[in-house]
Amino acid sequence: MAIFKLHINGKEHQADVAADTPILWVLRDHLGLVGTKFGCGIAQCGACTIHFNGAAVRSCMLPVSSVGSAKITTIEGLSEDGTHPLQTAWDEIDVPQCGYCQAGQIMTAAALLKKNPHPTMEEIDGTMHGNICRCGAYHRIRQAVKLASTKI
Amino acid sequence: MSTVNQNSRREFLKLSALTGGGLMLGFNWLTAEAKTPAIVNAAGVAGNIGFNNYLSIGTDGIITILSPNPELGQNIMTSFPMIVAEELDADWTKVKVQQAPLDTKNFDRQVTGGSGAVPHSWKLLRNAGATARLMLIQAAAQRWNATPEDCTTADGFVVHTKTGNKLSYGELAEDASKLPVPKDVKLKDRKDFKLIGKEVKNVANKDIVTGKGMFGLDFHREGMLYAMLQRPPAFGTRIKSVDDAAARAMPGIIDVVTFKNNVAVVGKSTWEVMKARKALKIAYEKDGNIESSSDHDRIFKSLLDTGTPTVRRKDGDVEAAFKTAAKVIKSEYQCPFLSHSPMEPMNFFAHVRADGVELVGPTQTPGSARTATAKLLNIPEDKITLDITRLGGGFGRRLKTDYVTEAAELSSLIKAPVKVIWTREDDMTGGSYRPAVRYRFEAALDANGNMIGYKLRGIGINSGNPTREDNFPSGSVDNLLIDSVEHASPITTGAWRAPITNFLAFAEQAFIDEVAHAAGKDPIKFRLDLLQKAKTNPAGPVKYDVDRMIAVTRMVAEKSGWGTKKGVHQGFSVYFSHRSYVAQVGEVVMKAGKPVVKKIYAASDCGQVVNLSGARQQVMGGIVDGMGHAMYSKLTFKEGEPVQKNFDTYRLIRMKDIPEVEVHFVDNGIDPTGLGEPALPPTGGAVANAIFAATGKRVRNQPFMDEDVFKTTITPKTKTNTKLPKSSFQKTKKA
Ligand code: FES
Ligand code: FES
Repeated sequence: MAIFKLHINGKEHQADVAADTPILWVLRDHLGLVGTKFGCGIAQCGACTIHFNGAAVRSCMLPVSSVGSAKITTIEGLSEDGTHPLQTAWDEIDVPQCGYCQAGQIMTAAALLKKNPHPTMEEIDGTMHGNICRCGAYHRIRQAVKLASTKI
Repeated sequence: MSTVNQNSRREFLKLSALTGGGLMLGFNWLTAEAKTPAIVNAAGVAGNIGFNNYLSIGTDGIITILSPNPELGQNIMTSFPMIVAEELDADWTKVKVQQAPLDTKNFDRQVTGGSGAVPHSWKLLRNAGATARLMLIQAAAQRWNATPEDCTTADGFVVHTKTGNKLSYGELAEDASKLPVPKDVKLKDRKDFKLIGKEVKNVANKDIVTGKGMFGLDFHREGMLYAMLQRPPAFGTRIKSVDDAAARAMPGIIDVVTFKNNVAVVGKSTWEVMKARKALKIAYEKDGNIESSSDHDRIFKSLLDTGTPTVRRKDGDVEAAFKTAAKVIKSEYQCPFLSHSPMEPMNFFAHVRADGVELVGPTQTPGSARTATAKLLNIPEDKITLDITRLGGGFGRRLKTDYVTEAAELSSLIKAPVKVIWTREDDMTGGSYRPAVRYRFEAALDANGNMIGYKLRGIGINSGNPTREDNFPSGSVDNLLIDSVEHASPITTGAWRAPITNFLAFAEQAFIDEVAHAAGKDPIKFRLDLLQKAKTNPAGPVKYDVDRMIAVTRMVAEKSGWGTKKGVHQGFSVYFSHRSYVAQVGEVVMKAGKPVVKKIYAASDCGQVVNLSGARQQVMGGIVDGMGHAMYSKLTFKEGEPVQKNFDTYRLIRMKDIPEVEVHFVDNGIDPTGLGEPALPPTGGAVANAIFAATGKRVRNQPFMDEDVFKTTITPKTKTNTKLPKSSFQKTKKA
């Protein structure tokens, strides 16, 4: 066990955990940030997607020891009041079904739009292909990313 | 939207009482028949918990509705309150919804399954809203010295039509609550619906997109422990010996407990428990048949010929029909086991104390989960509370109670509050699968290409009856025999979204397509002829609504431009499941010698659509689900052990795989008949039949990706579907 200082959502956090603990479980079990979801644990589904210095990463396979001073953003910190263009587009298009995958979908899309604010449909599909939605909300996820891209 | 636990629910009741009045209206969930809702004034509420479900109207005009059924993405927490608010003429922005805990005294059918919630509660919910509305009108009329006939309602106000005076529901709630409850209230005419049938957004959107902890896995209780169970890796084995010394010595581990066929590692955090579980040394021994998928293939083939079938339906003289047939078509279809794989893996929180049990988590059947826990621990049910969290999907897996009772059992053994968490691997290898099934279909055609005989034999592994003997084409064929044989296996199975029909529909609709082609008839025309026969001259009982089936068939033919398109190849499928009817046309194009599904049209008859946005999503999601599993997914076994253990080898459909989907609804004024499942069954058939139209090759086994047509390169056929005479289709109403 060791103390790790983490920069999450613009705030300093501390966690006393084993060095190999994936940041997913640090967020969920130790810091109470449960918006980031566990779906597969092997970087296959995208439910656990967070931003690592602005890039989308799978938190389920990212050991806390490798985070260092990187800036972590989770769904809770994507916007102050839930008004990131993706969050509002998600409501406008009425995307969520069960909702479990959606934080990961939004975080993946947010990193894409940051890099490429006006992606083509192919680029959207190519990026979002990594995130599974078991409810099959893909049509609306795609549409909402497109809509958000017009508002950025 | 929020979840109310037992405590905050009492709080909720108290709060309602404290707001100094307001209307509390209960509507009885205990019977399927709509009853006149009872009413109490708010002061009496706290003492009236035995009072069914309620909508309450606060003096501030906020309308709160408890939603009793588990929410897993079917959008019930939005559609239920919509129905109440419609009849109430409420201002939708003032409606709040809360998930109710398990409360069998006051709610009926707190179950999510069988696409049954809206059909079951439709009248109850409407009546509740309409009754409250009338009482509010009466209260307003008294204040104005007017007659109720002079009053109307809109957006949370009663309006005096002559003077234009208005009073808000909040202002009237207390007076209204003191009035006698009217009987036989008039419900709205459909044409006056303002909410029902419109697009209304999921009430949970905001919480979901901001990452609020609403799911079972998110639940946390101070002092709670975490646990993972090692279950036997292979079906048909049991624990022989356990060496848990290394696991116990790992950091953060509190206890290791062996019970039944489980070794539970209990600790302070998920990751510590996950790591320590890997340090367990467990030996297993044989405890039943150890089966591989290759054994199942053999079992299927031998039982088809040598099994002792149970007859499910028999009409006419099928043997004679086959003897006189001009042509006989015979085909076999097979599907693999499937995992439910809801995105949120199984989990449940349990705290077994001396004075009672607290359960919290995601379940489709809270009632049976509690009953099973009561039985297991020998504790009366009324000592057990169960709070329902939001479910990260269910697909039938959460109809089972195994993951609830094991948490309760573990908590009782370690005498501590504990949350049992399954990894994805646990979830995928832990059983309760969609059963693997093989079907043999036979059809006899006369010289004119009429189907005069039909045989179906289903062989299922722990499938129960793998046929739906009274579904189409039963009733449309004079001589028919449907039977089945079941193979008992240690591999556990359970209901998987649209149980049985999730595969049977594909097999049957693909076979009917084969028969139509053998008869030289257009596949849609062929089915319409059969349906016509079921209507005018039925063979035996007909337990589906022929007209509704014809209507969706015609609608999808028209919307998809059936038989009129160049360059795309179409396949048709129609199915009745639960209470609803969905017809689909799949469109395939050839790309680099491989079929690619471009588009699927759906015509759905689920009766009255409640929430058009949610309903569209149910159909699109059902189609994506149906196509994904037909095309890509399989769970196979090697010596009792599932080969696929996570999403790296178990393929689920992803964004680049989805076709365009166009959804239409039949508007026929029938009360709602459910939509959570019915859009899924027809998809496999629409896709398979379109693949045939494109390639001339049949896919008869799932997943389609393992079939030859996806493994070889095919020279495209240029011919499109047979063009149907225009007169075959009547005009359909606009969706
Ligand atoms: S949980 Fe990290 S990718 Fe699935
Ligand atoms: S909304 Fe349920 S998994 Fe995506």
